[in-house]
Parts: sequence; structure tokens; C-alpha cells
Amino acid sequence: MAMTMTQKILARHAGLDSVTPGQLISAKLDIVLGNDITTPVAINEFNKAGFSEVFDKDKIAIVLDHFVPNKDIKAAEQSKKCREFSCSHCISHFYDVGKMGIEHALLPEQGVVTAGDCIIGADSHTCTYGALGAFSTGVGSTDMAAGMATGMAWFKVPSAIKINLTGKLSKNCSGKDVILTLIGKIGVDGALYRSMEFTGEGVKTLSMDDRLCICNMTVEAGAKNGIFPVDDITREYLKNRCERTPVEYTADADAVYDEVIEINLSEIVPTVSCPHLPENTHPAAELSHIKIDQVVIGSCTNGRMEDMEAAYNVLKGKKVANGVRCIIIPATMEIYRECIVRGYTTAFVDAGAVVSTPTCGPCLGGYMGILAAGEKCIATTNRNFVGRMGHTESEVYLASPQTAATSAITGYITAPEEGK
Amino acid sequence: MQTKGKVFKYPDNVDTDVIIPARYLNTSDAAELSKHCMEDIDAEFVNKVSSGDVIVAGWNFGCGSSREHAPLVIKTCGTGCVIAKSFARIFYRNAINIGLPILECEQAAEEICAGDEVRVDFDTGVITNITTNKTYQAQPFPEFIQNIIKSGGLLASLK
Repeated sequence: MAMTMTQKILARHAGLDSVTPGQLISAKLDIVLGNDITTPVAINEFNKAGFSEVFDKDKIAIVLDHFVPNKDIKAAEQSKKCREFSCSHCISHFYDVGKMGIEHALLPEQGVVTAGDCIIGADSHTCTYGALGAFSTGVGSTDMAAGMATGMAWFKVPSAIKINLTGKLSKNCSGKDVILTLIGKIGVDGALYRSMEFTGEGVKTLSMDDRLCICNMTVEAGAKNGIFPVDDITREYLKNRCERTPVEYTADADAVYDEVIEINLSEIVPTVSCPHLPENTHPAAELSHIKIDQVVIGSCTNGRMEDMEAAYNVLKGKKVANGVRCIIIPATMEIYRECIVRGYTTAFVDAGAVVSTPTCGPCLGGYMGILAAGEKCIATTNRNFVGRMGHTESEVYLASPQTAATSAITGYITAPEEGK
Repeated sequence: MQTKGKVFKYPDNVDTDVIIPARYLNTSDAAELSKHCMEDIDAEFVNKVSSGDVIVAGWNFGCGSSREHAPLVIKTCGTGCVIAKSFARIFYRNAINIGLPILECEQAAEEICAGDEVRVDFDTGVITNITTNKTYQAQPFPEFIQNIIKSGGLLASLK
């Protein structure tokens, strides 16, 4: 039977010739991931169940990124627990302060994940790696514990939605505007339990950073995973990064999809998700009356080099509006360093912004930019639920780095000009 | 296995950030975390909930973050079961893996009201609204998942 790209990867990892939607399978895992919030729970479960060995020390990644450098004593205890576990099991891909980054920017950058992989991560945005042509999905801590012990996970084979991309983005838009537009169209459960498979002529016009951003937020439409075909852009990105050989899968021409969504990239405009659901999207140009108190540029969605570059191009030589706090967080140490080398950090500070070392901090209301009651923030993060960045009466507006940086200068939600 | 208790009713798209806000996730201690269960959607929940009570919600319950702390605090508070029109997939997985009973039943989730007394039989999937004397049939789990639940969670099923 014809299969989608996701179904082919799952079939191969389950040791089967083919799979069908709804089938329950047990699949071999190439990488099992956890962070400083989810790993301590997984370690508890791992120990409680009486496991003493991990299945493969080279196939587990533990990244301290949510609350580091530690925000308080309790967070420090959580990190310590991850550190001790990683040390005692000789985990190869353990990333601590100084070496860490936000997991979903870090793992592709460091070549820990590659095309054709089957990956689970105890973090919902694990779906990011679909951009590389991998099957990758978020799970909980117990699944992580089971994955660390056995190297296997159970899955229900998903059906898929095909997203056919045509055209080319205008210069004031990026992958973020694509995924926000798509979520606005299908809703926060529009792809529930299913794959979102991106295809079409438009794919080749999207950079790897755009693709990572798009796949990152497929979970915000309820999807099990998002995935892009492997092309020259993917091959170029993967070159010299991963020690393992990438495996390329392609969807069968006659694969069956639940539905096909057409997206003409040329028609995408700068888009903002208003509180309190990512599906509540509007063109940024229609929101110019909304005054903001804070801007956050960073996160696993938009803390990559192209995002920093977009922010730099807007902010260089300008000033952040009076009364606005602008927080910029490069997602990995490599990106952090590159921002210094390229002079972005100086330009950000000159503009009146602050620049932090990598952390998920403000995105989930942890620290480094918590909102008070009534405050509004435009952020390049991924969720705008009630209380997500602080007080339950605060508001988060999701946008691209270009839109967020432009808004930082005006103090109001502002669409970036075309041609910028 | 069954539970009997009063109903707490919530809308569509209840996310894991309101079930257990991230500001409390600097610990993995279930008892401590559970003091904040549902805090950002219903600050009174933890004071009112009794053992066996039932959460009834709309579509896409448990969307957002993969934090297993969400089903864990609901279970630790004594909640006997969550009934929803649908569940976000990671929450669904996590609930099964940690042994929090959940049932998908659109009609029950639509008609059952806050404060109603209900009885839920997990083996048969029958939901009885004792207050209105009406019964509903939820979708039973596939056998594979029933085996995980019967074993007492995913890790126990692996041993």
C-alpha cells in the first residue's frame, strides 16, 4: 500500500514492509530527548521501575535549557539530578551551561539528529526535526523513561494532511508567518493525531531556519509531527554535522492524505496570533492600535541565526521605544557567539535591548521576562495561552522576529515594511 | 474499575499551562505540584475537589506542553477520571502511561453539567449521570492500550 513519508519512516523503524493509519506499532528510536523539566520526572520513573542501564548512551540527549543558568534552588536541584544521571550513565549528548542551547535549535545544529531518524522527546516541540526529513514527536516523561531503557516506543500510525506550498515569501515574511497563517486556517486541533506533510514547489524557497520554525509549531495545530521532504537545502545543512548517515525517504506519489491544503507563499502577510490561542491570527497591519510593554525575540521557534539577523536588520541604528523592554535570546551558544562576532549584540544593546544567554525562560513564564497583570508582550515564541508568560491577566501576541523587532521600535504592534 | 463523584466542567482547549503553570515546574514532587492543579483556570479547584471527582471538558483537552506533570497533578488531587470530547495527543499518551483514566465521549461532555454526580465504569466505558439519570457509552480503548492500563502504566507493562 502507498505510504506517506512519515509512514515509511515508521514502517522501517518497526521492521515492517508497510504500515497503515491507525495501526499500533513498536518502533526503534534513534534519539530519545529530555530537558531539565521533563528529565527529572523520567529519571524518577526509570529508577522506580528498577532499570539500571540505558539502552544506548549515544542515543540519549539531555539538554538543560528551561531554567538555566538556574533560576532558583529548586531548579538547581532539578539540573543537578539530570547532571548526575547523565554522568553515571555516560550520556554522550548531555548539554550543560556553557555548551547548551535551546534543545530544538541545538540538536539539529550539533548534528545529533538527522534525516530519516525516528525521534521522541519529552518536550512538545520535538516535532521541530521534521524539517530535516525525520519523524520526530513530543511525548511525556514516562515515554522518555521507557525509551531510555528499551530504545523503543509505541505509536499509532498517523494519517496525514498534505500542505502544498507554491510561490515565494515576500521579504517581510518568514516561516513564522507561514505556520501562524496555517494554524489560523485549521485551528489548534486541526491536525490532531495526524502528520502535517509539507510539499510542493514552494519548499525549495524556504531556508532550513524557516522549515525548522514551521515544523516546530505543527504541534500548535495538534499534529503528531510535521515533516519536509529532503532536498539540496537539507543535504547542505546536514553536511559535516551528523556522524550518522542521513537516510532519505520520499512519500509515494499515490500516498493517501486526509486532506490537501494549498498555501501560496506569495500571498502570506506578516501575521500575529492574538491572545489566548495560537489559532487567533490576524494580519499584523490590523493590530497597530495595540500598545506593547515587552518584546521577546528568541525561543525554540525563532532563536536561530536568521532570526537574529532579521532582528538586527530592523534594530541596527534604531532605538527601542520608551516604555518597552526588548529581550533578545539567541537560542544556542554558537548563535550567541556569532551574534557577538557579527556585531549584532552591540547593535541590540545600542538599541536599548538586553541580550541573554540561551534559555527557554520567558516563553513558558519561567523567568527572564515575566509579565505583570495587564501587560502586553509581542513575542516570537510559540504559545499565547492564559498566563503563559506570567500573570493570568497579561497578554502574549505571537509574531515573527521582523514583526517583533519592528514593534519594539514603534511601541505598538507594527507590520514590517515590504522590501525590508 | 470505576469512579463516582461530582463534576468539574471546563471548556475547549484546556492547555497544560493552566492545568499546571510552568512557574511551579522547578520541582517534580507530585504532592507539591498538585497544590497548584488547574490554578490558572480555576483557582478554587484544589479546595473543592474530592477523591473520585470527575473533570468534564470540551475538545482538545490537555493541549500545549508535553509536561507529564499535568495528568500527574490531576491524578494526585484525587480526580477519578477525565471525560472530554477529545484529548491532545501527548496528554492522551501521558494519561495512559501514568494510569489516569480518561474517556472520549462527545455527547457526555456536551450534556453533563458542573456539579452533576456521575459514575464512570472504565471496563465498559459506560458513563452514568446520576443527577439526570442518563447514560452514555464512551469509546473503549484498543486492547494494546488496555493492557498498559491493566499493567499499571507503561513501565510496569515493560517489565
